[in-house]
Amino acid sequence: MKFLETFTGEPEGSKLGITCLGIESTAHTFGVSIISIGGNTKPEILSDVRRVYQPEKGKGIHPREASRHHAKIAASTVTEALKKAKTPMEDIHIVSFSQGPGLGPCLRVGAVVARSISAYYHLPLIPVNHAVAHIELAAMLTGVSDPLVLLVSGGHTVITSFSSGRWRVFGETLDITIGQLIDQFGRAAGFSSPFGIAFEEYAKKSQNFIDLPYTIKGNDVSFSGLLTTSKRLFRDDKKLEDICFSIQETGFAMLAESVERALAFVEKDELLLVGGVAANNRLQNMLQGVCKIHKSNFFSIPKVFSGDCGAQISWNGIQAFKAGVSVGISDSSVKPSWRLDEVDVKWRSN
Amino acid sequence: MEKQLKKGAEASLYQTKWFGEEAIRKIRILKTFRQSVLDLKLRQSRTRREALFLKEARRVGVNTPLVYFVDVNKAEIIMQFIPGRRLKEIIDVYEENFSLEWCKEAGRYIARLHSAEIIHGDLTTSNFIISDNRLILIDFGLSFYSQRLEDKAIDIHLLNMVVKSAHNIYAEKIIHAVLMGYQEIAGESSSHSLLERMKIVELRGRYKRDE
Repeated sequence: MKFLETFTGEPEGSKLGITCLGIESTAHTFGVSIISIGGNTKPEILSDVRRVYQPEKGKGIHPREASRHHAKIAASTVTEALKKAKTPMEDIHIVSFSQGPGLGPCLRVGAVVARSISAYYHLPLIPVNHAVAHIELAAMLTGVSDPLVLLVSGGHTVITSFSSGRWRVFGETLDITIGQLIDQFGRAAGFSSPFGIAFEEYAKKSQNFIDLPYTIKGNDVSFSGLLTTSKRLFRDDKKLEDICFSIQETGFAMLAESVERALAFVEKDELLLVGGVAANNRLQNMLQGVCKIHKSNFFSIPKVFSGDCGAQISWNGIQAFKAGVSVGISDSSVKPSWRLDEVDVKWRSN
Repeated sequence: MEKQLKKGAEASLYQTKWFGEEAIRKIRILKTFRQSVLDLKLRQSRTRREALFLKEARRVGVNTPLVYFVDVNKAEIIMQFIPGRRLKEIIDVYEENFSLEWCKEAGRYIARLHSAEIIHGDLTTSNFIISDNRLILIDFGLSFYSQRLEDKAIDIHLLNMVVKSAHNIYAEKIIHAVLMGYQEIAGESSSHSLLERMKIVELRGRYKRDE
């Protein structure tokens, strides 16, 4: 623990740098990333290696199969991340891992790897909430300071902004996420998950709008009715491109409206779009429209970092560690249902 | 001359005159980022609902602004101007007895609507106005008729979430006061089944709260 002793004596922003090895393992992706930050320099992503479990065509993630995939490739992924970062293990100061939320069996693989490294090399172990990590990496990369955030992915659909020590939720899905809507419709239509890219391509081919359930309750959204109706339309031989177009227009308009309501309520002048679905151009375009009306600035996570990756965990690990967060191995159990508004955020202030 | 009062998420509000009376013109503006068929459908159906439920709510003892004029084609409503302070502000400038008494009154309002099978659909602390020592409920664009316990539970669940996010320090007390008022009108057994159902709604969400 030599490093830890040296570090805790130093004021923040000291010349001492931190290099973190972060492990993401919440769902289909096993990712390892090395990020380094100097005393007064900007953080640098030295490597970000991902191995993605691919379910069978027409099937979703099987948690057990995904965890087996992760266990098989974990060691080589860590090695590759170190190699790409040109960083020997001796230069790593801390280890962070996604403690939740996510699929239990998958989370446990990442946690075991992180604990092992931490124990063997005597390094501080930093637990990270993956939803918060999505947001914090995006905030770092885009340079926003106090945004309203829309986090949209297979695991999340939530509108949040920071206040009094926590990311507060201003709207969320009451059932499935926007990513699940797209993927589950895709699977019903015979495609493998994730369906996002193909979905957008099909949607582009149509202008024929079919009326679908538009369900907004207060600031919250619900996509289950939209999914059921879309599947039925597919069974009734409606054109795939028309259904994709209509899901996109309806589902994203619901998100845009929720964002607009939250924006009017919290009165922030920055909107940050984060998560795998952030890569969708139509969603970006709609939110730009919302921002234009409310004179807010629109920011989106760069596409390469929109999906699940180790860089999210590594960067938030550094932030958390600098704010004094770490856990002993006995307290490092995974938290599959860990809400982002339960995280005490010590690295932000307002 | 009209003055723009507010550019909300859904509609713009202008202060205007209606045959000499101070009035509000609420117009749901076209959103070009939305698909045009969907946009028109949403704006018109909400205008229609709002006009209907502003009236229906008053029938069951919930004060609302009077509707003077409705133009569904233009998605526009002209209604009574209500001067006053929003419940949100009354909670922010917290004076325990005073603030909580109004929260309790809000609970009574919600119970009256629910007893008449009206779901407000957008309960927030910004949608209650205190004017002339009376509580006024506004924004009925997402309202609908339902006798399902599920819909009533979601109605209050949403308010609960807003309170937790926006007024986190006093959240427990506020929610308690709202439920007290609700129980006063709806009775103990209705309130009890509502609370049970709210737990189910909460657990169905993405990641449950460990509370």
